[in-house]
Amino acid sequence: MSSDVTPKIGPTPDSEKQSLKDRINNAVRTQKRPTVTVLSSLLSIEDDLGYIPKEAISIVAEYNNSTINEVWGVASFYPNFRFDPPSANTVEVCWGPSCHLVGANDVIKSVLDELGLDGEGDTEDKGVTFKFNTCLGACPQAPVMSINHRMYGKISAKQAKSYVSALRENTKGSHS
Amino acid sequence: MSSYEQLKTLADARWAELTEGNVPWIRIGMSMCCGQASGAYETISAIKEHLSATGIDATVSEVGCLGICYASPVVDILVPNQNRAIYGNVTADLVVDLINKCLVQGKTPKKNLLGVVDTGEIKSKGLPYFNELPQIKLQNRIALRNAGHIDPKDIYQYIARGGYLGLNRSLAELKPEDVIEEVKSSGLRGRGGAAFPTGVKWSFMTRGKKPKYILCNCEEGDPGAFNDKSILESDPYTAIEGMTIAAYATGSTNGIIFIRHGHDGPIDATERAIEQAYSVGLLGKNILGSDFSFDLEVSLTGESYVAGEETALMEAVEGKRSMPRARPPFPAAYGVWGHPTTINNVKSLSYAPSILEHGAEWFSSIGVNKSTGTAIICLSGNIKHPGLYEVPMGLTIGEVINNIGGGVPGGRKLKMLQTGGPLGGVLSSDSLEIRLDFDEMRDAGAILGSGGIIVADDRTCAVDLTRVLVAFCQFESCGKCFPCRLGTTNLLEIVERMASNKARIGDVELMKQIGQTMQIGSLCGHGQLGFNPIESAMKHFKEDWNACVEDGVCLTGSCDKPHFNPINTRSFADAPIKSTAPINLTNQIGENHE
Ligand SMILES: Cc1cc2nc3c(=O)[nH]c(=O)nc-3n(C[C@H](O)[C@H](O)[C@H](O)COP(=O)(O)O)c2cc1C
Ligand code: FES
Repeated sequence: MSSDVTPKIGPTPDSEKQSLKDRINNAVRTQKRPTVTVLSSLLSIEDDLGYIPKEAISIVAEYNNSTINEVWGVASFYPNFRFDPPSANTVEVCWGPSCHLVGANDVIKSVLDELGLDGEGDTEDKGVTFKFNTCLGACPQAPVMSINHRMYGKISAKQAKSYVSALRENTKGSHS
Repeated sequence: MSSYEQLKTLADARWAELTEGNVPWIRIGMSMCCGQASGAYETISAIKEHLSATGIDATVSEVGCLGICYASPVVDILVPNQNRAIYGNVTADLVVDLINKCLVQGKTPKKNLLGVVDTGEIKSKGLPYFNELPQIKLQNRIALRNAGHIDPKDIYQYIARGGYLGLNRSLAELKPEDVIEEVKSSGLRGRGGAAFPTGVKWSFMTRGKKPKYILCNCEEGDPGAFNDKSILESDPYTAIEGMTIAAYATGSTNGIIFIRHGHDGPIDATERAIEQAYSVGLLGKNILGSDFSFDLEVSLTGESYVAGEETALMEAVEGKRSMPRARPPFPAAYGVWGHPTTINNVKSLSYAPSILEHGAEWFSSIGVNKSTGTAIICLSGNIKHPGLYEVPMGLTIGEVINNIGGGVPGGRKLKMLQTGGPLGGVLSSDSLEIRLDFDEMRDAGAILGSGGIIVADDRTCAVDLTRVLVAFCQFESCGKCFPCRLGTTNLLEIVERMASNKARIGDVELMKQIGQTMQIGSLCGHGQLGFNPIESAMKHFKEDWNACVEDGVCLTGSCDKPHFNPINTRSFADAPIKSTAPINLTNQIGENHE
């Protein structure tokens, strides 16, 4: 199983050359959905960069003819936004009731232990970001976790631990 | 642009080629609720690898959810001149053997076989019938009629199976007001939670000025519910046709399907389907050659349960914080960007094509009392056969849990049910006789709501499950109304005290007061119903509460386990963002839209 846990590939060398502002501008200007709003702009930046850099706020405000306050208001409201670059990998575990009833707590505990965290956040080496999810939408496969947006169902605490440790092993070289 | 007849001819030809041609057709369920989390990715790559290694010719399609999520990965193999057989739990290691038996040796192996589907001339003697499985037999799939059967990437498959007959009939034979009349007399009630008659809701729209909007609500933030996402993922066309019918009936010019960011399965499927519908003239200008035009798009919300509430949804469409608006004005008078707007749930809209195809009488003959049609149930928790089941209204909860769900596994006893989303409250095992009926369930102190039924066995303490539900309510409070923002936080503190055997004297009384305040003082259902989980759990499970609160011991021990939940950062001043958020008051408020 461990071989399937592929780490998220970092920014391509090409886009690394682009300055942050260029990338933000690009994300805001090339949204593919027709209705463009403060929220859609922020989501587009998050999709591209994985986070909302400080510089993005005024760009989004200006582009949408809005205000810095308004944009911060929206950005701070939705918990999917973060404001510093995410770790190389993201692990989410569902804590929703369906998963709770079949052992989500044990899964969460073993993942947190393995990561050395006590709640949402990044590991010290920025290898893994841990997030709670209220429902991954796969309740029949509970308990469910996701690693870099790929879901794994009916997992035991032990399996979860081994996935996470394999993930960390696999990524060690790639982001140091 | 093509006429309906042209599309149908083309679709039929393609369908015949797939189902009656000489090439086998392998379908694999890849929905979020089943395939994706159960190893179907591995299964499908194993199938493709084996086919290309051996040179066996077959069409492979990723399809949606057949409803039997417990049996996933599900592989459905149609062998020409033989049969169509559906296999469950097909993990990657079983693939080579299965493909060889079916496609090389011409057999129908019994291992992992769920059943065969009668396609007329079949060689299936002595094999179980798929449609005789209790999980299938008790269903009446209307909104889900195509789910798992068609490729959600191919609009022609939808059309071949009767898709767009309803819209075609509406445009060709009915005036908008006739469509509304038809939906009214079908008795269809909204499946998003409030059970408001859909036809009546549409009729409020006839007065407003254009542009008018139809919004399809696929926020679906309630844990334990996955039916809206599953419909869009498995058969986005039925929701799109339903919206187009709704738009014709209400005179709407624009439609938006609203999905939560991150749910890529439904998002991609819907966007692809919209693109196809445009390309064959089923969206856009002069649909099917009529003078009716309608534009449809997808818009995304950030993570927020309250964004599913209709007025908060409109705020989110406008790109703001998803906080509810005061009503009146109601959306039909002043909706998104101030235009007349109707908001419907995915399921409600997905019934419209069948209602217009088969008529109101057909739909209202299914179901019971004032709950016509079907209920789309998401069954999960401590249950043997969790899945997505579309059953006629009027079936009892017991029939769903025992006959379809196979009961509680491991020789355990059923203890608690949580229905209609986290705000719906809980029921005890005495509730098995209650029928799936909006009104009967409401009278029993529960809601059918979005159709989630979460089953808990006797290892669960009611206080523990309630703590999770209250933690959810706290986490999702948008913070607009202080009774909800502060109330859910206080309630969580108290329930956590109780769950860790540290209840204080007067805590129960205090909870009730907070609950009442939330009920009276909140703008939307989140705060109004936020006390439901506690109230219903205290009513049905007195012993559990007494033990945890008064005796300081948890009867099942489930409260004593370590537990985890995220913290609400959206509605509190000490949110982590505060330190990094510069306040710039000089940048004056600008116009957001137009
Ligand atoms: C807190 C809250 C969350 C809601 N979430 C949803 C949702 O995710 N999906 C939905 O269709 N309706 C949701 N609703 C109900 C909507 O407000 C609205 O009634 C519904 O979308 C109308 O569609 P219908 O008439 O087809 O049922 C929610 C309501 C509340 C109070
Ligand atoms: S409750 Fe865990 S996936 Fe839905």
